[in-house]
Amino acid sequence: MKYAFFPGCVSQGGAPELYPAARLVCSRMGIELEEIPGWTCTGAGVIQEKNQLFGDTLNARNFAKAEQMGLPILTICSTCQGVMSQANHRMRNPEYLAEINSHLAEEGLEYSGNSEPKHLLWILIEDYGLDRLGALVTRPLNELKIAPFYGCYIVRPTEALDIADHPERQQSLEMLIELLGATLVDFEGKTRCCGFPILTINQRNSMAMVGKHTSEVKDLGADAMVTPCPLCHLNLDGFQPKAASQARRSIDLPILHMPQLIGLAMGISPGELGLKRHIVSTGPLEVKLRRR
Amino acid sequence: MDVTIRVKRQDPEAEDERRLPYWEEFPVTIADNATVLDALIQIREDNDGTLSLRCSCRSAICGSCAMRINGHAGLACKTIVNSVVQDGVITVEPAGVMPVMKDLVVNFDMFWEKIEAVDPYLKHMGREPEGEYIVSNDAMLHLSGVTACIMCGACVSDCTVLEVDPTFLGPAALAKAYRFTADPRDGDAEGVSMERLWALSEPTGIWDCTRCNECVQACPKGVAPMDRIMAIREQAIQAGYDNNNGARHTDAFTESVGHSGRLDELRLPIKSVGMMNLPALMDYMPVAFRAMRRGKMPPIMHKNVDNVEAVRRIFNRTQPEPAAPQVSNNSPFG
Repeated sequence: MKYAFFPGCVSQGGAPELYPAARLVCSRMGIELEEIPGWTCTGAGVIQEKNQLFGDTLNARNFAKAEQMGLPILTICSTCQGVMSQANHRMRNPEYLAEINSHLAEEGLEYSGNSEPKHLLWILIEDYGLDRLGALVTRPLNELKIAPFYGCYIVRPTEALDIADHPERQQSLEMLIELLGATLVDFEGKTRCCGFPILTINQRNSMAMVGKHTSEVKDLGADAMVTPCPLCHLNLDGFQPKAASQARRSIDLPILHMPQLIGLAMGISPGELGLKRHIVSTGPLEVKLRRR
Repeated sequence: MDVTIRVKRQDPEAEDERRLPYWEEFPVTIADNATVLDALIQIREDNDGTLSLRCSCRSAICGSCAMRINGHAGLACKTIVNSVVQDGVITVEPAGVMPVMKDLVVNFDMFWEKIEAVDPYLKHMGREPEGEYIVSNDAMLHLSGVTACIMCGACVSDCTVLEVDPTFLGPAALAKAYRFTADPRDGDAEGVSMERLWALSEPTGIWDCTRCNECVQACPKGVAPMDRIMAIREQAIQAGYDNNNGARHTDAFTESVGHSGRLDELRLPIKSVGMMNLPALMDYMPVAFRAMRRGKMPPIMHKNVDNVEAVRRIFNRTQPEPAAPQVSNNSPFG
């Protein structure tokens, strides 16, 4: 299996442990990744609120480049997934697509409108197959209790994300957690906002969201939370100490990137998966894994 | 079909344990195409006359029966049992955010206070037109998307910001505000609602929205409140109300990507809070220090993508037409 790889800015910026972890895990699964040359940011929904045409044209440019490669797109960022899907949804309007293509023509690019970018999480379930992944689990995570955290962009709005045709997408993280042998810690907040988009605008509310989700999961006895979104990870992990001090309690809940959880179940060492780069220590979780 | 309706009940005025939330299950036999509201009414008629809920029109017009069905807000009268039943069970809870009065009935006071706070009526600045105010069909057609709101509160129920901060104006009131900021009769002679845009740019307004899409998903009438909030942000920036973290964030983000193709994560937060805002910048120092110790800081030297000239050309080509007249960031309205 080979994909046009769209890593997104954060996997090489604020959450630099994600990029190598995803590449490592994909290579173990036999998923070949060829990075889209000169890919740009999707706009993260921020550019779209100021200039939707610019944001959507950037996405069409990435899609057109992947089409030139002749490969389907794989991303490891939920926010990118959501923004790409929404842009794609708007480009189903032929007039809008033509307008966008007029801005790409100068570079010799044209987007057909037929790309279907997919998050690694969806690819594992829809294209790769959970059975096949299950066969690679050499170190089942039986002693771990793991809570899912989707965030917003990979679950809403359902229309742009084709949830009606793929209802399993809304259960995908839970399916993955159980496949890897961990005990699922389900909680209502799993599809709520992590607060990252308003971090620099209303930090108090942003921290209240981080504190609410992480402490709820901690109190349910989870060892860690897993997310397919590096932006959620930035807030839930990087800002968790600040959120804890605002909530006037200790939380200390490790947050794992989805590929890291898969990697642990494949027996890859925490060091190779970049767990040492997390702000909230993953030490207690690693001790549990070593204890067997 | 046979289905179990699991209802979250509560009677805050009760003197026994029913004053706290508890779950009760009601097995019902009902037609496949019945609505969740049909099932609830059947329970009230046949099983338990004390079950409290609001309803009236039963056809998604009156906006009375918004509640959480399987964890997400929607109208009970518009939700078909067959479409939401999971393993024979449907979970029904009162709408979120607003306080429960009894069972599925919530107190709407905060909802109406927020609607009132955005002055939900036309405010024409300057001289009244001498004759009839003629508005184009297109302008009214555009507004019909927002006036479709039936004030059911589904969006408020599921708003992730209101969940942690009740002072936020919220999706329903902000969508209502857009109904006026986008009305050519509101505001000055050009239809620019300066006073509103200034007020909406203040804390608790448009910039506090997280863009989580919950309200878009919850709205039974396709109002898409979040998209309206984004549209007001654009209006406010165009009107010159850009001296706030939200507007600076959007500006800095767009410029960073327009210039280099990717996001400069190191400089974005600095530009958002303002280069000269030392207290806010100091506030980030512990976080930055922790990140640096773990080797997590974004690169100091932000690199351009290959063929960045093409991205810059797209950026220039897709710029909107010059904006409306600029105003200062201080309120001209005292």
